[in-house]
Amino acid sequence: MAIAAPTPVNASILAQHLVRRFGDFVAVNDVSFRVQKGEIFGFLGPNGSGKTTVIKMLIGLLPLSAGSAWVEGLDVRVDAEAVRERIGYMSQKFSLYDDLTVAENLQFYGRIYGLTPTRLKQRIDDIVQLNGLAPYMNRLAMRLSGGWKQRLALGCAMLHEPQLLFLDEPTAGIDPVARRQLWDLLFELSGHGITFFVTTHYMDEAERCNHVAYIYYGKIIADGTPDELKKLPDVQPAGTKRIEIITPEVTRALRLARKIPGIRSATIFGESIHALVEDDFDPADLRAQLLKGDITVTDIRPLKPSLEDVFVELTEKHQSEIEAARA
Amino acid sequence: MRDFFRGFGAVFYKEVLHVRRDSATLFFSLIIPLLQMALLGFGIDTNIRQIHTVVLNADGRRQSRELIDRLKNSDMFNVVRYVDNDQDLNDTIIGGQARVGVKIPVDYSDRLLHQTSAQVLVLIDGSDSSVAGQAINVTTAIGLDESLRRVLADRNAMAVEMRPKILFNPDSRSPNFFLPGLTAILLLNVTTFLTAFAIVREKERGTLEQLFVTPVRPFGLLLGKLLPYFGIGFFELCLIVSAMRFIFRVPIHGSVLLLAFLSLPYIFVSLSLGILISSKAGTQAEAMQLAFLTILPSIFFSGYIFPRETMPLIFRGFSYFVPATYFINITRGIILRGAGLQHLWTDALALFAMGTSLLFIAARRFQNKVIMS
Repeated sequence: MAIAAPTPVNASILAQHLVRRFGDFVAVNDVSFRVQKGEIFGFLGPNGSGKTTVIKMLIGLLPLSAGSAWVEGLDVRVDAEAVRERIGYMSQKFSLYDDLTVAENLQFYGRIYGLTPTRLKQRIDDIVQLNGLAPYMNRLAMRLSGGWKQRLALGCAMLHEPQLLFLDEPTAGIDPVARRQLWDLLFELSGHGITFFVTTHYMDEAERCNHVAYIYYGKIIADGTPDELKKLPDVQPAGTKRIEIITPEVTRALRLARKIPGIRSATIFGESIHALVEDDFDPADLRAQLLKGDITVTDIRPLKPSLEDVFVELTEKHQSEIEAARA
Repeated sequence: MRDFFRGFGAVFYKEVLHVRRDSATLFFSLIIPLLQMALLGFGIDTNIRQIHTVVLNADGRRQSRELIDRLKNSDMFNVVRYVDNDQDLNDTIIGGQARVGVKIPVDYSDRLLHQTSAQVLVLIDGSDSSVAGQAINVTTAIGLDESLRRVLADRNAMAVEMRPKILFNPDSRSPNFFLPGLTAILLLNVTTFLTAFAIVREKERGTLEQLFVTPVRPFGLLLGKLLPYFGIGFFELCLIVSAMRFIFRVPIHGSVLLLAFLSLPYIFVSLSLGILISSKAGTQAEAMQLAFLTILPSIFFSGYIFPRETMPLIFRGFSYFVPATYFINITRGIILRGAGLQHLWTDALALFAMGTSLLFIAARRFQNKVIMS
């Protein structure tokens, strides 16, 4: 995705050629991206690839080694203080006071942001209404379940009505139902025009984002809507297609399938095998081959690549490039 | 300026909530010192040399100078000051600069020359019972030695009589000596540990990082966290002093109000030390170890157990960097010697200066550390 002009118009975040070095180590290497207002921007990448470092640079906790960044129209190199007034941040681990009650946590953060008592009360009412914390107001935060803790953390991060929220792995370690509910909440807030910058390891969450970027060893190797990424030539090389093989014996079938010419790669997904095959690959032939190994195939059908496929392909390609460069 | 302390009120209120929520910890941190006090309230004896001594030589002739030389040569006394009137002699001892005062009367040489017995007044600061006991023994021995020498040289010579007089703690009760010093150690214990833990806990929880993403300023944050523990430290001081006075029956000769007032800079230093520790420590266990590192010098180099006079020079130099050194001089000064502000203001000033510099170093380290981590 090209960056049109170095002006922050309509962009909630505009990062240009960000670099962060720690001594000799380059944690963030020439990273550029643009997050539109009201977008849910998914920032993905393996652990240690520089996700949190980028967030810290954008909210003024880490000085930039090079490059520039505008957040909500403010240059973070100049106005880090003002940036922090306008954004909300929710970190990886639950970082509220678990010996304070839900209400006390909310009040504390409201006061930190200097809300007047009347406004604070109003904001707390609004937030509680929105995320359903009302029954737990007098409960100690440590007695909340993971999902409710995250909702409280989200509530604390948006008391001062930020237009942009940074959520660093907001759903790590919470159950699927709570995960789904938290995302529903994010969509609702996004509908009110709030921009979200979300990091996650969950591919189903990435699929829900309007816009995703994938960072690998400090470099962004993919940036676009989930659909755009699935159509990238690296992900879907010319002359190939994806198929799904459904069989009760996936493990044995996988071992056999990998030996069959025409199958470029294959991997297990629950009760099925996802495979990248040559365009002229014949499903009937595969069926026959597997039957020889005493494996019945329930169904073979065409498949669109998932975001996971996208990231696995891109990572492998990038990794081999890095290794080639080393050799 | 207002913006500089932004968030102070919120942090302060939150911190009070933390303390109230965790009342068990508070209870123990207030009670355990009293238990320690009961254990340590009994005497420990040590050997002493080089006692700081002030001399008032009203005579000034050869015989009197010889006596002073003999005192010096005993290795027991280190004459730090010569004065020329009784007032200065007393003040030097009350102010804690000397523990022994030797007063040679104006007619000392005359009496010896006229073959009558001469008397030397030895004032001993009883606020340090081990020093006092040994000072009595050695001065008496020197008097005896001087007398024998004279009698052996000249059958007609008369004795030199050393007349020791113990000031401030006449019955040499060791609790009187130990408990005022212990106050300093216990106070340090409570305040430094509590503050260090309170901040390190935020680090462990990740809330500190969260706070640094808000517009809260480092000084607003630190002062808000400090003040509740300042109150607790002060309360602990009142508790310890009351126990000392009413349970251990240590008489307080000076002003209790002055003691309370002069404890403020000391509590301030202890808190700043706690904050400095928390800027270094990442976990509570680490904070605990670092806090012990500060407690040990306070016990061994402050004059609490071993008189600073007996320390090798390097340790004595080091003792000037130990806050407890100054506060022990303040507590013993007020409680045992009835010292006033005019004797102790330098100690208070030293503590205040230490506290301020520690707090600034801590605040700076903090900002850098948190932001860079």
